[in-house]
Amino acid sequence: MLHLILFLFFGTLCVAGAINLLAQSHPINSALSLIVVMASLAAEYLLLGAEFVAAVQVIVYAGAIMVLFIFVIMLLNAGQEERTKGSRIAILFGIPGVLIGAVLTAWTLLHHASALAVPIGVLPGGPHEVARLLFHEFLLPFEITSVLILIAIMGAVVLASRPEAVAKRHDDEQPRTMPELVGAGKEH
Amino acid sequence: MTITTFIVISIIKSIAVIAVLLTAVAYSVWLERKVSARIQNRWGPTRVGPFGLLQPLADGAKFIFKEDLTQPHVYRPLYIAAPIIALVFAITSISVVPFGNSLYIPETQVGSWFTIPEIDTPFQITDLNIGLLVILGITSMGVYGIALAGWSSNSKYSLLGGLRASAQMISYEVSLGLSLIPVLIKSGSFSLRAIVEAQQHLHWNFWYGPVWWAPLGALAFFTYLISAYAETNRTPFDLPEAESELVAGYHTEYSAMKFAMFFMAEYANMVTVACLATLLFFGGWLGPVFGPQLLQMVLPIFWFCLKVFFFMFLYVWVRWTLPRFRYDQLMAFGWKVLLPLAVANIVVTSLIVAWRA
Repeated sequence: MLHLILFLFFGTLCVAGAINLLAQSHPINSALSLIVVMASLAAEYLLLGAEFVAAVQVIVYAGAIMVLFIFVIMLLNAGQEERTKGSRIAILFGIPGVLIGAVLTAWTLLHHASALAVPIGVLPGGPHEVARLLFHEFLLPFEITSVLILIAIMGAVVLASRPEAVAKRHDDEQPRTMPELVGAGKEH
Repeated sequence: MTITTFIVISIIKSIAVIAVLLTAVAYSVWLERKVSARIQNRWGPTRVGPFGLLQPLADGAKFIFKEDLTQPHVYRPLYIAAPIIALVFAITSISVVPFGNSLYIPETQVGSWFTIPEIDTPFQITDLNIGLLVILGITSMGVYGIALAGWSSNSKYSLLGGLRASAQMISYEVSLGLSLIPVLIKSGSFSLRAIVEAQQHLHWNFWYGPVWWAPLGALAFFTYLISAYAETNRTPFDLPEAESELVAGYHTEYSAMKFAMFFMAEYANMVTVACLATLLFFGGWLGPVFGPQLLQMVLPIFWFCLKVFFFMFLYVWVRWTLPRFRYDQLMAFGWKVLLPLAVANIVVTSLIVAWRA
């Protein structure tokens, strides 16, 4: 009973955070609402019994990825967003799309509830179970995913790094107004 | 154990642990001032009480009665929330730290109408089987307090401090997490209690054992210790509040109790890191136990506190001995030295464990 109340509470918190994320006009407030969404999702996983996934959700999403979001917002010093009336395409396709999605989800849940439902607190989600799944049954997909992420990192490094020729030209263009400082810089 | 006993015991334990933690925080400030004074050949606090022992109380009173300035240019909701976030996350992580074996009180009759039921409870607020991950998660959330303080203060020094803090914590969190994995491989559990109990046969610490194991354990310990120093923003990693460049970094615009909350959060984080180092690498509460039953219950806690005290002292010692890193050195050290070392340690340790299995 207590589990069910907590589950509903965090579910409501999660949806409220998601709505607030859209409603806020300042990027920092939106990012903070996203953190609330992530943290309450972690609490939901924990209540279902997937404790390892819950901990990883907090460490990776709420604790690392969202810190990078906040970091970028702070670095760019992004200000208040301007309110626009929104594009016509969004209204034409978005609202029917949301409606169809909601109806499909409700229909699936109503007709296949017994096959999809997970009772609270019995999901086998401890570290041992997750590790066995990742490193025994799904080893190949797991390793392929890690290679994919490695390729993404390499791509980001290639895109972000300046080619050496450009860097050299850029340095040559710097005005040498303070010759004594330039001379001092050579010592390190 | 009935649900009422459980709730009463949990409340008592939480209050006791938080009281001890806050006292420890206050007295580590005193320790820091005394030891730094000793290192610099001066006296430190001497006026309030014997050896200045009441200085933390005087400081607390001063912080409460100081004027709480809120600059007009700050973003108020986050400016007020930031120190609370920092302190709450700093204090929460102590809830999964075990201090000793377990407390056992047999059923006793008090007066004629009240019976204390049989109590058998661990010296720990709650024993989770993912305790270590909970601590890592909570400390990774703690950076929001500092980052939001820097941003909401709306001043360039604070912003730079907040930016540095988030970049530094993200970088060193990676090597912090990876440096603990050899310990997990060796003990086979995320529960802090199980990790300590796995060290029972290793003579109270993790890198004692066969000769080839000691360097790996030592490497894991030092990578953990260095990244933990960076995570708690202590010298030589205190770039977020480098006073020679940024005035006071992220807490430049804070005064009175709000400043004190950041201060307490920093020291509470230090205590957590010291507890974790003790639990993971130095056998937690394990130590020589003898004497009557009461002494047998108290001695483990004494050993635990002694080890934690050693790490707190080490913190102060390092702070007043080493100069601060340059920012590029900080990043290069984290990513190019600590991270490869931690990863290499994981590979070698798991190879040895797999080979011996």
